[in-house]
Parts: sequence; C-alpha cells; structure tokens
Amino acid sequence: MTGKLFGLLVAIITVVSTAFFIMHTWWLPQDISVLGHGVDHQLNETMIGTGLLFVAAQLVLAVFVWMYGDNKDGRKIKFFPGGGGVMVTFAIILVGIEILVLTFVGSKVWASIYIAPPPADSMQIDVSAEQFAFYFRYPGPDGKFGVVHPEMLSDSNGNYFGLDPANDVDARDDIVVGELTVPVNRPILLTMHAKDMIHSFYVPELRIQQDIVPGLTIPLHFTATKEGKYEIVCTQLCGLGHYSMRAYLQVVSQSDFDQWLKTQSGD
Amino acid sequence: MHEASAQPAVHHHAPPQGFIRKNVFSLDHKVIGLQYYGLALVAVFIGMILSWLMRIHLGWSTLAIPGLGKLSANGAPGGVMTPEYYLSLMTMHGTIMVFFVLTNAPLAAFGNYFLPIQVGAEDMAFPRINMMSFWVTFVAFLVLIAAFFVSDGPPISGWTAYAPLSAVGKDAGPGQALGQNLWAISIAIFCIGQLLGSLNIIATTLDLRTKGMSLARMPFSTWAWFVTAVMGLLAFAVLLPACVLLILDRVAGTSFFLPAGLVVSDKLQPHSGGSPLLWQHLFWFFGHPEVYIAILPSIGIVSHILPSFLRKNILGGTRTMVGSLIAFGFLSYMVWGHHMFLSGMNPFSAILFSVPTLIITIPAAIITLVWLGSIYGAKIRFDSPALFCLGFISVFITGGISGFFLAQPSTDIYLHATYFVVAHFHFVMGVAAMFGIFAGTYFWAPKMFGRMMNETLAKLHFWLTFIGVYCIFMPMHYLGLAGNVRRYALFSDDYMIPLTPVHKFITIAALFTGAVQFIFLYNLFHTRFWGKKAPDNPWESTTLEWSTPSSPPPFDNFGGKHPVVHRGPYEFVEGGTADYVMQTSPEQVGAH
Repeated sequence: MTGKLFGLLVAIITVVSTAFFIMHTWWLPQDISVLGHGVDHQLNETMIGTGLLFVAAQLVLAVFVWMYGDNKDGRKIKFFPGGGGVMVTFAIILVGIEILVLTFVGSKVWASIYIAPPPADSMQIDVSAEQFAFYFRYPGPDGKFGVVHPEMLSDSNGNYFGLDPANDVDARDDIVVGELTVPVNRPILLTMHAKDMIHSFYVPELRIQQDIVPGLTIPLHFTATKEGKYEIVCTQLCGLGHYSMRAYLQVVSQSDFDQWLKTQSGD
Repeated sequence: MHEASAQPAVHHHAPPQGFIRKNVFSLDHKVIGLQYYGLALVAVFIGMILSWLMRIHLGWSTLAIPGLGKLSANGAPGGVMTPEYYLSLMTMHGTIMVFFVLTNAPLAAFGNYFLPIQVGAEDMAFPRINMMSFWVTFVAFLVLIAAFFVSDGPPISGWTAYAPLSAVGKDAGPGQALGQNLWAISIAIFCIGQLLGSLNIIATTLDLRTKGMSLARMPFSTWAWFVTAVMGLLAFAVLLPACVLLILDRVAGTSFFLPAGLVVSDKLQPHSGGSPLLWQHLFWFFGHPEVYIAILPSIGIVSHILPSFLRKNILGGTRTMVGSLIAFGFLSYMVWGHHMFLSGMNPFSAILFSVPTLIITIPAAIITLVWLGSIYGAKIRFDSPALFCLGFISVFITGGISGFFLAQPSTDIYLHATYFVVAHFHFVMGVAAMFGIFAGTYFWAPKMFGRMMNETLAKLHFWLTFIGVYCIFMPMHYLGLAGNVRRYALFSDDYMIPLTPVHKFITIAALFTGAVQFIFLYNLFHTRFWGKKAPDNPWESTTLEWSTPSSPPPFDNFGGKHPVVHRGPYEFVEGGTADYVMQTSPEQVGAH
C-alpha cells in the first residue's frame, strides 16, 4: 500500500512538473539577437535530453517501489541482472554521450558569443555600472571617447564617467545617457566598467549576461534584430538597491538612431 | 576468533563524573555529536523562519509581519521589510543553512556520534580536539547571530560575500560595517572548527578501526564521512585564509580584493592593486567542494540505511559506491570555475571548467542507478527512514539533472543568477541533504535516545514534506526560464511582475512545508523523553552501531569489550532464522 502510494505520488509529481515544461507555460521571452538562437537551440536540446532522463529515472523509481513494496510471503529477493558493472557501464556510456554532445555543440555557441571577436563594423558604446544604475556613453561626432578619471567620478554633479571636458578635447562631445539606444541589425560592442561593485548586464531577449567587474574593462557584443523596448537588469548582488537597478534598451531603425544621435549631440 | 582475543584499544580518558564534564564540556564523541545536532537544530529553525520572512516579502511585499519591527526597527519599520533587510535575512539564511546546518548535521553531528561506533572505536582519536571543534563552532554561531543585534544589522552581501561589496566597509551599504565583520570573523572561526573536526575523523577512520574492520568492510556512511573530511580539510584550509584576507581588507586597509579607482558612495576608496575575482576564485575553490561536503554524508547515510529496508546490499557493493564517492570528492576540486562562467574571467577557461563539471555527473549517475538497481527485486520495508531515503533519491535526481543546464556555459548565459539556480541547489544540496538528515534521525534515534520515534507522525512528516518541497522548488525552474532574477527584494521589472502569482504559490507552499517541520520537532522532543523504549536492533541491521550493549551505548561504546568484525557491512541472506548477519557474527553463512 505504502509502496503504491509512493510510486503514484512520484509519477504524479513527474507528470505535472514535466507538463509545465512541455506547455511552455513559463518560458523564455522571444529571442531578438543574431546569436541567441544558438543558446535557445542548446537549451532545447538539453531540455529534451535531461527531460527524458528525468522522466525515465523518476518513473523507474516509482515503478520499482510500487512493484517491490509488496511483501507477500514466499516472494524471493531478486538481484538486478548483471550487477553493479552494468550500471557503471550504462552511466558512463549514457552520460558520456550526453557530455560529448553538449560540450562540442555548446562550446561553439559559447565561443560565438564570448570568444569570437566582435564584427569589424561594430559600433562601440561605453557602459558604466554603478549602485544602482547603468550609464551609456557614445563617442559623439569625433568618434573618440574621452579619458576616464576615477577621481572625477561623481553622481552629485552627474559626471558618471569621470570625464574632464575642460582639459580633454575627446571628452567634450561624448554623449552620456541612461538608456541604451541602438540601431537594429547593427553589431554593437559594449565596453563595460563598474564604478563601485560587481554588477551584471543581463538582457533576457538578447540571451546575453555578463558581470561587470571594477578594475576591468569587459567587452560584450551583440546584434539586435527586432525593434522595441527591452529591459536591462542587474543580476549580480550589488547592494541595497540591487533589485531596482535596471535600464532600458531601445532598438530603433537606423534612421531613427541617426536622428536620436543628432538630437543628443545638439544640446 | 572470540571477542576476548581482541587487542584492547587505547584508553583515552576515564568516564566523566560531574554534570558539566558529562554534558557540556564533554570529551565523549556521542555527547559532542548530539551537541552538534542540537546546534544544527537551532540553526535550521532560525534559517527556516528567515526563509518564511523572505518568502512572505516576495509574495506580499507591503504586508506587515507582526513582531518583525521588534527584531529590527530600521530593517522592518512597522513590520514591513526594507529591501536591504531582505538582503540581510537572505545572507543570514544562506550562511546559517550552508555552514551551521548542512555542514554540521550530516557530517559533524552524525559523523561524530556514529563513525567511532561504526569502526568499533571507543571514541574519536583526539577527544580534546573534538570537544574544541564543537565549542569553536558554537562560538562561530554566536558571533554570526550577534550580527542581528548590531545597529545596522546583518550584512547584505549574500553567503558568497563577493568583494568589493563585502570588502569596502560601511560605504557599501547597511550591514556592511560591523555586520560584515562579524560574518567574516564567524566564518573564519567556523573554518577552524571544521579543520579540527576533519582531522579527527580522518585519524579515527585510519587508526582506530577495530580488529577485522578493514577499509573494505567499513559502512558506506563511514566512507562518506571519511571522504568528506578529507575534502573539508582541503576546502576549509582555503576559506580560512580567504576570510583572513577579507578581514584585513576591511580593517587593516589592505587591498587583496579591491582594485584602484573604486568610487563608492561618491568617495574614492583608498585601495589599489587587488582583484575582486581573486575572492571568487578562493571562495569557490572552497565553495564547490563545500556543496559536496553538504551532500556526500547524506549520500552515505542513505546508502547505509537503504540495505536494512531493502533487505539486501546496495547493488555493486562497496567497490562501486566507494569508487563513486572518491571520484566525487576528487572531481569537486576541478569545477569551481563553473560558478564564474560570466564573472569576467577568460572565456576559454569556461569551457575547461565545464568539462569536469559534466563528468562529475557520471559518479552521481552511477550512485543513482545502483540505488534504483537495488530497489529492483527488494522486499521494501516502508518505515520512516526508508521513506526519506526513497524521497532522497527522487529529489537528488531532480536536483542533479537541472545541473546539466548550469554546467554548460552556453545555457548558463541565460539561466545564471536566475531562480533556476535557486531551484537547482535547493533540490540537490538543501532538500536532498535535509532528507538524509531526517532519514538518519529516524534511523538512529533508537540508538541515540534508546527510544523509537513515533512512526505515525514520522510518516505524516514525510508525505507532507515530500509534496511540499516539490511545490516550493519545482516552480522556481519555471521562474528561471522566464528570466526571473534571484536575490531581488522586489520584482518591479516589467517582465517579472506577471510572475508574482508563481511567487505567491511558492510562499504558501513554503509556509505550509515549514509548519510541517514542527511535527518533526515535536516528535523528536517527545521521543527523547517519553518515546517507546527501543529494542536493541529495531531495523534488523548489520553494522557495529547495533552491536553495542545498550542504547544509548555506554561511555566506551562496547562496554569494555572490543568488537571483532568478521564480514562486510551489509550481508543479508534469505532462508535462515534471521535474514541478516551482523558484522560481528563469526558464524559461516552460505555463499551469497
């Protein structure tokens, strides 16, 4: 009786849990990046492979406990044919194949996003993360970023990048904004710095996430393929306002972007 | 061979006389084991209540929690938690659970109590060091709890205490002044306790085994404690200096983890030359072995208990199980970088760390398969220890399998730092280890207290907990897939707001499952004082803890005699008057 109850319960838990995965009741948002499909593909492959393992293992547990929980007299104890060696071989082959497949395919996806250099025509945007905001810097008409002076970083006077326009010609036309606006289908290279804590740049729709570490300049590249407004959230615990640290990503047409850039440079 | 012919073991110390030497500053490994258990019990209920508070806040963020304002007037004015107080509670929940529950209960508590008995020793190799290791751990706990009562509250940097947040001091936010100091000091002290405890377990296993107790005849639980102690010795030896460096950064103006040019609260910090990633490497070099330190003893305990309720040995026997445990321990040192795929370290190393992380699933799969293969053809006895062992297998499978997503850098890109990770480690480390602790408690209570736990309450505890944990942690996978970020006090982001009903469901499940644990607490205390007297060997088990002359065992465990071991730990044979053969039994039994 107890065995049947246990078996039934495990089976119900397995079916209900799996159903929500299969129905995509809660799922990834749409992918809006050139490289994101690789992540999605890998995630789906892993979901199918591990999903089968999950269901198989739980159901075997459920069935065995159901079957062998019955203690009728006269039934003799049986041993699994082949003993432990079969299980060891089975585990090494099954998991080994899964590992090989996942590693070889998955590493390519990882490499395409994090190891491959950004396309040559990428537009560079500088990112500064601080408690609890992201700021974005465009080089302005001269195409050059001004030098960052940490001792001049200040929230109170709005100098989020520690620029010195008085002495630095390159810094004078730098555009600093709190929203990341990019043209659609244009490769973007972010060079990211953190002012105070480790922060992380996460855009679920772009399938990218990257920690931003004080003392390092960390590159990250992406190409957005769909116009719209998306959220950039911080995923590395950075202090009391961590939950509120976010910015918006605006993906706009090239002409809208040019217009936007012109307006920003104008003032 | 008779028991009288055994060589007397070294007499470490005489039975204590006074109350204090007997119960407080005791040298007896059994008392010390119970002290560790008691400490873990206090800690786990504090940790659980913290998780209740966090869950209530995540479901209903504006709800006033009665009495919370009294605990912290700043942290919860009027009973409504501030976002920073949420982070404080989260930090304390993680720290208490990982260190003072999951490291203490399965290893230090059960290991202390039963390892010497299972190898046939009178006590641990170094009883004074053993006593010291508990009291050091106790002090560490007091120091940590003190953080609740300092003016700006407990630290907010999480149990991982990433620098610079943990290293710059009060400019980093509330709790990052004295609270974070107390945290770092507490964990450093805790490391000392663990190092002493690990030494003792290793020495006892290697040196104090009784006659006939070869390594191959040691029970799986003893093997697991031994392998875990070796891991602990290597892991805590890294966390200890890491904590010392963190304390120096905080109080002595050094810059181990702090780079130049750091501007916090509009102030340029007087540091240069350090690396925040150094802390992560040191922490996870400890931290990944640590999560196996939390689960390995439970794997051993479950493997030790199951044979008594399946009435046969685990499939593959000692060679398969112990080989897998050792492989687990060895590989656990090569995988720490999988916590750091997106940390900014060289992206090539992510691939390198991913491979051993995936390979570690092989010993995990072998262990799971031999458990399943052992259930095949068994005659299962469904007493409460067995139910928790079977439940353990289910949650271990669930928690282990989600690891495939996080072990691969390519899928970790999306799921890192989401609730998917929370689901994964709570299933595989938290819930599974807790099931091991419950199984061990129900199994060994007759030995520790000489009394049987109430079986009806125990079974009720099992069924409700088993359903409850799935209701809490399974939906967290869905949240993670939807991109819900962890360690957020509120979900105010546009795409997370629609997920609030899922959070409410989880909160209700957590409140319910937490309440069920009071059934266990009641059962434990009632059994300790008023429980039904236990027979000598209630589960008809085979190992040495069931050969002691009384329950609880006398001061020297075997009443002046030294057990002699004649066979492996789990010999069950059908057909005779009894279907099991004690390790101490000298008679020849039919080939098996």
